Amino acid sequence: MLRDRKNMNKKIKKITYLGLYTAAAILLGYVESLIPIFAAVPGMKLGLANLAIILVLYHFGPSEAFMVQIVRILSVGFLFGNLFSIAFSMAGGLLSLSVMILLKRGKAFGIVGISVAGGVTHNIGQIMMASMLIKNIQIMYYLPALIIAGVLTGILIGILCMEIRKRIY
Amino acid sequence: MNDSYGKIKRMKKKDIILVAVMLTAALSLALSVKMNRSEGESLRITVDGKEYGIYRLDEDQTIKINKTNTCRIRDGKAWMIQADCPDQVCIHHKPLDHTGGSIVCLPNRVFMTVINNQTDAPDTVAS
Repeated sequence: MLRDRKNMNKKIKKITYLGLYTAAAILLGYVESLIPIFAAVPGMKLGLANLAIILVLYHFGPSEAFMVQIVRILSVGFLFGNLFSIAFSMAGGLLSLSVMILLKRGKAFGIVGISVAGGVTHNIGQIMMASMLIKNIQIMYYLPALIIAGVLTGILIGILCMEIRKRIY
Repeated sequence: MNDSYGKIKRMKKKDIILVAVMLTAALSLALSVKMNRSEGESLRITVDGKEYGIYRLDEDQTIKINKTNTCRIRDGKAWMIQADCPDQVCIHHKPLDHTGGSIVCLPNRVFMTVINNQTDAPDTVAS
């Protein structure tokens, strides 16, 4: 009986945390839209939402991170976007999360490296989806700028993740 | 909540290598894009992958692209002046001139790029 209740408590705790992280991820996506940084190239973003995703990935695991990511993309997409923006976010979000999970499994990279890889592949996923949707390969001209942006934002997010983990766990 | 991954270390050496590799890749890509950039005197607009029209850059004009976008050509420069999408990325893009480049409106799938239609067929420009 007691063990059952303990398990139950653990489960409830996990569900609550995942819900909180999802809410935080959605909110961070909104906060980011308030910061008017370089939007020189379509798809360039700070990637603050990735902060929450990386924390979930480190704290709970890959499947939980996927869950939070998908719920986040669908909620944000249906609230503020359209099917197009959902397609972009899915391409970027799922590709980057998959890469981050693989790299984390390899154990060679730290949280900053994983975040950088996530940022870069997020942008690559988005631009690939974009060039597919507008049926134009020339849009890849933006790729270098997007990679550099992904590296810079990835470093920033990675350092933030590191500091957050030091303080709250 | 236990963490099986132990203490978080500072940046690992491999992280720095990863960053360096990415930046080198981006720079070399940027360089190759710059070398391949096509100069030209015409602007080609495609919508949804299909050609919408080709316009000379030395003729001042305003082009309505379907009902969604408007592009202006003046003094050899071309830029987007109106788009019905919320993000307005293409409006803020810097104008195109004869040295090449392209502007994209993703929501409306409008793509405009500088081509040289006097010597090249449109296909060879893309390279």
